[in-house]
Amino acid sequence: MTILTFTAAVAIVSFVAGLLGSLTGLGGGVVLVPLLTIFFHVDIRYAIGASLVSVIATSSGAAAAYVKEGFSNIRIGMFLEIATTVGALLGAYLATWIPTTAIASVFGIMLLYSAYISRRVRPPELQNLPPDPLATRLRLNGSFPDLDGERSYNVQHVPVGFSLMFGAGALSGLLGIGSGAVKVLAMDQAMRIPFKVSTTTSNFMIGVTAAASAGVYLSRGYVDPGLAMPVMLGVLAGSLIGSRILVKAETKSLRLVFSLVILVLGLQMLYKGLWGRI
Amino acid sequence: MTEGKTPLSQRSSARANPSRAWGDYQIEVVVGYLLRCGVILSGTIVFCGACIYIFRHAYEPADYRIFRGEPSDFRTIPGVLQSAWHGHGRGWIQLGLLFLIATPIARVAFAVAGFALERDRMYVAFTLIVLLVLLYSLIGSGLTF
Repeated sequence: MTILTFTAAVAIVSFVAGLLGSLTGLGGGVVLVPLLTIFFHVDIRYAIGASLVSVIATSSGAAAAYVKEGFSNIRIGMFLEIATTVGALLGAYLATWIPTTAIASVFGIMLLYSAYISRRVRPPELQNLPPDPLATRLRLNGSFPDLDGERSYNVQHVPVGFSLMFGAGALSGLLGIGSGAVKVLAMDQAMRIPFKVSTTTSNFMIGVTAAASAGVYLSRGYVDPGLAMPVMLGVLAGSLIGSRILVKAETKSLRLVFSLVILVLGLQMLYKGLWGRI
Repeated sequence: MTEGKTPLSQRSSARANPSRAWGDYQIEVVVGYLLRCGVILSGTIVFCGACIYIFRHAYEPADYRIFRGEPSDFRTIPGVLQSAWHGHGRGWIQLGLLFLIATPIARVAFAVAGFALERDRMYVAFTLIVLLVLLYSLIGSGLTF
């Protein structure tokens, strides 16, 4: 394949991944690394470097749009970023000495888990929880505009959420993804943050988390300009367009298709990792 | 900044704290635009670099099967600057990516300033920790030399 055709093909695939990722809210980064390694035969380290860069682009690019909605909680984000950035740094250093087959296997498991999370029926949100002393002291509780006026919420189980976010950061640094699925677990399930607040806050945090490991990847020579360029431009264009054409009726079937794609890619990555075909 | 003059401060999410002109919400709005500008700038630089790169190397083979690691031109900030200065397309792409990595770092730095304006010592400390981790990842990883 010549550089011209390779660049064009990678840009198109990244565009579609970014578009579907933003339409379904599942994030495009998670499918990019498997697509690049399985179909374009890119070494997984180059793929991770390129994907990490695109994660920063989508997070920072969509930030302005999210902020206007007034849902995100900058304090929760900043507090949890202590955990995710340290985790991401650890993950990035781990990535430099873990064998690529192990990285592929972890990636496969992560994809299967993401597919599961995306199909799971979300439990009803608990409202009017009692304030937690630690969360109150950290001033994490907040409010957001809901259908019927301002709704306030009290954050729960701060230590559990903080530890899970450390894990999310480490996975993000190791695999070059936003690891939205783990963040959902930490913020929705453990900390009981309302869904609207957790999604937008998590989008804000993803870019900072990725920046913590991007320096390590760049200096280790994992970020190839020829590959990162079409990935970054493609994903950015796809996700920006995707966030503008949110067609509510179509998302349900789109989500199903996209989570099936994630499932198949997860099985492929796991197979490749376990049988050393990477 | 006068209170209640703009629609922004009316729907301030410092709603909990309406007496302050600089609430969390204002910080986020400014930071959001800052980030978008950073992304547009870096995307433009990457695109310019891409044009040069494709124009010069379109018909060479693309092969990423074997990991070789990038040469130092693309691994350190001085190397990238030098490569971009010499008009290399890939140097420009890498420069754009450096700008991109800088956008979230700028966001955290801005948040430190924002919390300082709010006189929120605890969150100044938290954001400073995050900023230090980010700077460590750049300097400690050897990107700067």
